[in-house]
Amino acid sequence: MCNQTVSLVAAEIERQGISTVVIQLLREVAIQIRPPRALFVPFRHGYPLDIPGDPKRQHAVLDAALRLLEERIPGEPPLLRSFRQEK
Amino acid sequence: MGELSEFSISVRLFLKTYKWRRIDPVPWTPLKKPLNECRMALVSSAGFVLPDQEPFDESIRGGDTSFREIPGDVNVMDLVDTHRSTSFDHTGIRQDANLAFPIDRIKELVKLNRIGSVNHRHFSFMGSITAPGRLIQFTAPEVARLLVEDSVDAVLLIPV
Repeated sequence: MCNQTVSLVAAEIERQGISTVVIQLLREVAIQIRPPRALFVPFRHGYPLDIPGDPKRQHAVLDAALRLLEERIPGEPPLLRSFRQEK
Repeated sequence: MGELSEFSISVRLFLKTYKWRRIDPVPWTPLKKPLNECRMALVSSAGFVLPDQEPFDESIRGGDTSFREIPGDVNVMDLVDTHRSTSFDHTGIRQDANLAFPIDRIKELVKLNRIGSVNHRHFSFMGSITAPGRLIQFTAPEVARLLVEDSVDAVLLIPV
């Protein structure tokens, strides 16, 4: 339910004129809800930024999320992207 | 990717039949300036509270739609996980709250000049909300209004 909760809050923030990006753990759910900008991450629930105590791994996810904020979209929102892990 | 198969059969059945709220039309606000000039805030749905704040109320049917303000100068070690869900492993966020409330990471990004500044407050929800009517009608607009009041430019939202 967390995925829906943050998406609904994001939509309201965006409606009031602030850019948002949400992390999403369930792609199939996010596609139905449609938050304005979402980064799908390949981690299990409870681990949205990958590994506890590992700033480098957490920064990799954050950087991908921030890049969504900077992205211009050619068509209609939402902007939904998958996080690609470096091997 | 998180997967429905992570959950118990009863949770999976619930999620399969649950009517997800569809955001339509999808609102869109482009970033108005470069990120390294933007003020950023966090919204987490990990149910974090400070020790002197009321825990989220597990007994509310449909979920507790209230929120807590988390000051920007919080020490993440002080955040208490009061998320009611037993459907995910809480070990990670209890070990390192940055996993779902990355305030230390955001401050590091300010030092690196990737983002402009960190807002003086952030917001915490408890994400297990199956009946989000009050969230949509009251508490999400209230948080958005507070962020507008703070002249925040961009918000990162993190579920668990």
